[in-house]
Amino acid sequence: MSSDTPAIVSVKAGRRVILRHSVLVRVTHWINALCFFILLMSGLQIFNAHPALYWGNKSSFSDPFLALTAQRKSDGSLEGVTTIFGKSFATTGVLGASLDENNQLAARGFPLWITIPSYQDLATGRRWHFFFAWLLALNGVLYVANLLAGRHLRDFLPSGPELRSIPASIWAHARLRFPKGDEALHYNVLQKLAYLSVIVALPILVLAGLTMSPAIDATFPWLVTLFGGRQSARAIHFILAFSLVGFVIVHVVMVLVSGVVNNMISMITGRYKIEEERHEA
Amino acid sequence: MKREVVLSRRQMLAGVALSGAALGLAGCDRLSNTPASLSILDAAEGLTRRVQRALLAPRDALAPEYAAADISTTFKPNGSTDPDDPDYVKARDEHFANWKLDIGGLIDKPMQLSLADLRNLPARTQITRHDCVEGWSCIGKWKGAPLGPILSTAGLKPSARYIAFYCADTLEQTLDGTGQYYETIDLVDAFHPQTILAYDMNDEPLSVPHGAPLRLRVERQLGYKMAKYVMRIEAIESYSKMGRGSGGFWEDRGYEWYAGI
Repeated sequence: MSSDTPAIVSVKAGRRVILRHSVLVRVTHWINALCFFILLMSGLQIFNAHPALYWGNKSSFSDPFLALTAQRKSDGSLEGVTTIFGKSFATTGVLGASLDENNQLAARGFPLWITIPSYQDLATGRRWHFFFAWLLALNGVLYVANLLAGRHLRDFLPSGPELRSIPASIWAHARLRFPKGDEALHYNVLQKLAYLSVIVALPILVLAGLTMSPAIDATFPWLVTLFGGRQSARAIHFILAFSLVGFVIVHVVMVLVSGVVNNMISMITGRYKIEEERHEA
Repeated sequence: MKREVVLSRRQMLAGVALSGAALGLAGCDRLSNTPASLSILDAAEGLTRRVQRALLAPRDALAPEYAAADISTTFKPNGSTDPDDPDYVKARDEHFANWKLDIGGLIDKPMQLSLADLRNLPARTQITRHDCVEGWSCIGKWKGAPLGPILSTAGLKPSARYIAFYCADTLEQTLDGTGQYYETIDLVDAFHPQTILAYDMNDEPLSVPHGAPLRLRVERQLGYKMAKYVMRIEAIESYSKMGRGSGGFWEDRGYEWYAGI
């Protein structure tokens, strides 16, 4: 357990209410959430301009390791095909080919319900992406500065005993049993690891994005080397983005099943209600 | 009783989230078509340009150069690949023997340079990565005359702020002639050591798909800045009267003028 104990706001009828998130954490959290969705969706718009990924510095157009393509079937209809490491799957309707804004099946990497703008428009997708990339980066700098200045990083660093309790914690989460009482005053080990991985992954994701910039590469050529080439950086940018999608799905599910109202209120007002251990009579 | 309250709150939250998402998506499309919101998004371009230019000191930081073994076997030509503009077709059929590059605008000594003249100038050869705005990259070997010394010889007038490139190809048929390809770069890029007027690609004279007889290389920007089929170069004070006023063919169609990212 971390040495910090959150401030108790009130104790009523055996129920403690603590101040879980500072105003800076709450504000940066929601800005981050907004940026995440817009960057993901405008990013997929950008990806759709060339829906294929390569390793190294250059695009060997004949053998991308991931490609979302459309091909004509013998009857003339369009078929969406997803190819990963040489294996192809028919993904018509979702990946490779899906309905466009005129309800016609068209060649599109990702479908229009997940891109900004919905219709194919690389130029506008880029404008959305770079505006919110700046917002994400500045928001992230603010968050990390607060994290380091307030020594909050240790809230996310699991102790040795906590790491050994991971299997037990996974089992408890699987049965939807969440820490109560004093244990709920701090993040549990799975929360710590999940949030810590986001704190680490986001800066790498941003750096991989910057490595796609030819101007940045001129000033910081080591970035290209670090990511193994410009196309590798693009692939890592994409893979990390989808890792974050995975995190967000799990995060939202956990928010919903572990007391959605209490969780939402805590990220809006900062106040978090602690369920006390009850011993059934 | 209590449980009901929680449930309805839950449903309300879910409802708010869902309708928020739907509104958000429709809203993004609407905002994408509103000049005011687009101009807010555009603030990012100016910020990116200023920060990159500030970080790019020294201004002569070179784009990475690669080894001969890294050259792409397939280099994808994009945009126009076989212009059918009559003047271009005529020059191409003459193997550009009578072709001349016009240099004018805000300079002291307007001039015309043939391909032989350009080849007689000191040359620079570089193996660089070409990054298309679509996301792909190819590596090619380019040989050409550095633009900076040519502009110095021509003598820029103090009012010159940009260099404009007029191209032979019409990439989009329009009634007002704004479908003609053109590009503009600022003097920082114009005088960058890797900014060359390339006439050779991979040790061969530039092919038609890649912009014969002459194309621009601006190695710290995206592919669309590197005009192909360059016919005339002008030093200018402002690009607001060219094309649709945004400084280039793709810029006129919503892409950033500063294409460093």
